[in-house]
Amino acid sequence: MAQSATIPAKGGSGGPGAVGKSLTVGELGLGLAAVLMAFFSIYVAAKAYTPEYAFHAYVFAAASIAAVFAIGNRYMNRDAAPPAQFIDGKPNYNYGPIKFSTLISLFWGVAGFLVGLIIALQLAFPAMNFDLPWISFGRLRPLHTSAVIFAFGGNVLLATSFYVVQRTCRTRLAGDLAPWFVVLGYNLFIVIAGTGYLLGITQGKEYAEPEWYSDLWLTVVWVVYLLVFLATIWKREEPHIYVANWFYIAFIVTIAVLHLVNNTTVPVSIFSPKSYIVWSGVQDAMVQWWYGHNAVGFFLTAGFLAIMYYFVPKQAGRPVYSYRLSIIHFWALIFMYIWAGPHHLHYTALPDWAQTLGMVFSIMLWMPSWGGMINGLMTLSGAWDKLRTDPVLRMLVVSIAFYGMSTFEGPLMSVKVVNSLSHYTDWTIGHVHSGALGWVGFVSFGAIYCLVPWLWGRKGLYSLKLVNWHFWVSTIGIVVYITSMWVAGILQGLMWRAYTALGFLEYSFIETVDAMHPFYIIRAIGGGLFLAGTLIMVWNIYKTIASPEPAESPLGNPSLVPAE
Amino acid sequence: MSSTNPNVKMVDSHTGTATTGHEWDGIQELNTPLPRWWLVILYATIVWSVGYVFVYPAIPMISSFTQGMFGWSSRGDVASELNALKALRGPMVSALGGASLADIERDPKLLTFARAQGKAAFGDNCAPCHGAGGGGSKGFANLNDDDWLWGGKAEDIQQTIAFGIRSGHPKGREGSMPAFGRDGILKSAEVSQVADFVRSLSGLSTEASFDKAAGAKIFEENCAACHGSDGKGNVETGAPNLTDKIWLWSSDKATIVEGLTNGRGNVMPAWVDRLDDTTIKALTVYVHTLGGGK
Repeated sequence: MAQSATIPAKGGSGGPGAVGKSLTVGELGLGLAAVLMAFFSIYVAAKAYTPEYAFHAYVFAAASIAAVFAIGNRYMNRDAAPPAQFIDGKPNYNYGPIKFSTLISLFWGVAGFLVGLIIALQLAFPAMNFDLPWISFGRLRPLHTSAVIFAFGGNVLLATSFYVVQRTCRTRLAGDLAPWFVVLGYNLFIVIAGTGYLLGITQGKEYAEPEWYSDLWLTVVWVVYLLVFLATIWKREEPHIYVANWFYIAFIVTIAVLHLVNNTTVPVSIFSPKSYIVWSGVQDAMVQWWYGHNAVGFFLTAGFLAIMYYFVPKQAGRPVYSYRLSIIHFWALIFMYIWAGPHHLHYTALPDWAQTLGMVFSIMLWMPSWGGMINGLMTLSGAWDKLRTDPVLRMLVVSIAFYGMSTFEGPLMSVKVVNSLSHYTDWTIGHVHSGALGWVGFVSFGAIYCLVPWLWGRKGLYSLKLVNWHFWVSTIGIVVYITSMWVAGILQGLMWRAYTALGFLEYSFIETVDAMHPFYIIRAIGGGLFLAGTLIMVWNIYKTIASPEPAESPLGNPSLVPAE
Repeated sequence: MSSTNPNVKMVDSHTGTATTGHEWDGIQELNTPLPRWWLVILYATIVWSVGYVFVYPAIPMISSFTQGMFGWSSRGDVASELNALKALRGPMVSALGGASLADIERDPKLLTFARAQGKAAFGDNCAPCHGAGGGGSKGFANLNDDDWLWGGKAEDIQQTIAFGIRSGHPKGREGSMPAFGRDGILKSAEVSQVADFVRSLSGLSTEASFDKAAGAKIFEENCAACHGSDGKGNVETGAPNLTDKIWLWSSDKATIVEGLTNGRGNVMPAWVDRLDDTTIKALTVYVHTLGGGK
């Protein structure tokens, strides 16, 4: 929360005691809310049933007190007048919260990838659990998934959405404190969720592990996020809403709905972290995978397609390939995706009719997904030569290729006969990571490489050579990872179903686990390479921000011009 | 809006395609038609899906759902696969059910089948403790050697599998190593002496302070009742043979002292309520023929 104390004063000429300065409604309201929250949190901490829950209450109290000081400090340092909407006819863009989210996304990314590497090693060498509950696989696995999806991916989405919506609407981000509340509040949620996993607080729903109080807090933050985004679009200076913003809106709205329905729980007490879900049995499973699959569809697909729709044409310097395709594939994607969840529950207690519908909607989803790939790749038409000189663009393009591969593999795996082999095996893990590392990871890295020089006013990145190193080290890591998991998964599936001629299972379960060992080691090497690439990036970003003079030619203007 | 006139459509020089006439932060959009192959595949997946919905259970109704053209169901699928398996195993399973352990080991066909069934059952139920090949681990008996705590004849093994050891089952095998040290029966110096004596039985080295006569006396008074005066053990009480080089826990003195002090009493579960008689019979034959059966 201390970050908010560093918000620069607009113009800088005003100071304490400037004429006519008064608290805004937002400052007053948020300040009072934070004071109340601090008292309430301390009260809850004092009466908490468990020390873990008391710890979380104290975290909320500390964050609230920090917020009060941050608001006060900001008031003392700011001008009397609110920040100008325009300066010399140009929009006065609000980059502060974007800078924060960009940098912290890198921090969470490294943390999340590192925990991923640790749990990959734990699977290969179980002794690495060290018999300590806090770092056992069961607690670190949700820490890994939440850190990479919600902490890394979420902050990339916050940063890029706040950047893209301002630039494509040619207007300053709506709200004064609200954008800061969104990015800081969201990261408070991440801290609560992550520390909760380590302390053993979970509601046991995959990708929705945080308990009721974290969920409530995220709901507040998310509603403010939606309002900031919509209000910015509302006051836009462009006649039309750019396609990236449609995808961002679909992402924000749908995630809100999914979050609310899947986390409908009844807490045991306000002083207890435990709650009980209102759904039961197969309905709970269905709601969970409706949520889980659409977290993939609207968080990891729609949100990152929005990133693609801005950063690829921007970096390639070419128009988007097809406006018509963007409309059709947008509506087809959001209509189809929401029904595809049951394919996670093939051959379970879920009724056959629901399994059938989940499967056919997944098949129909193939082309709508590929619409985004076509629009991304074909935008390069006329600028393919830039792939030789611009490693950032190369990263973005390879991310689209991985997107295309994963969105073909997904429908394939939803087909019941394929699923009967692939389900519960490491093939699923390989599929998820070709999407997560290849698509989400690379499109995020590409966007951050673009954003940092723009946000900090640098002519370009510190080193394109390091971007190239990052690209190759991480690409090799991804390929090693997903191929080892394909082989492992298919081997595992075939071993599970192998019968002897006399009609008995050929392999015991423990033999199939033993057979995975070499692939788990190879997978860990792949993950290690991906992490190494990210560390190269962190160094490059640090040097870019720290050194005012770029070391190589500016990124936005490659020295080569397109052919013809 | 400031940089382009929304009413004038520009043409992209590279592709020759018109733009939509808008621009956002320098980004324009071409008005390229939908790729034909894309559209054809999209329609094809929709047509295929509609067809699939007629063939398989798909549409929820008020009290049921459409059953599809061939009445397929995933439950039916499982049932038919299980029936096929039953039919494949059927004749042999019933032959196995009616045969005695001795019959099975005499008949090569029955023996092969029983070992196959036993191996599968062993992997699912026994391997977590005894290892995938029955090699055992510390505290869990190796089933490949001919050293048997509770007897290595087929009938003994069947009894152990069915009712377990210290399992709580009324027919389970009982008898455990007392905690001589913890319960104050032996002082720690005596525990040390008798531990050295036990090591000397199988020719292992002893400590300088070891007094063989004193150790033998303690052994005779406390241990011989179960392990026998010669230390060769007793399958009636599950007392191990202490004169061979096979150790359930370990031959090092600290481990022997630990056993003397706190006692030993690992549990082998009773499988009679979890596995059917034929499976237990098959497991018995499998374990008996692993290599060490008597």
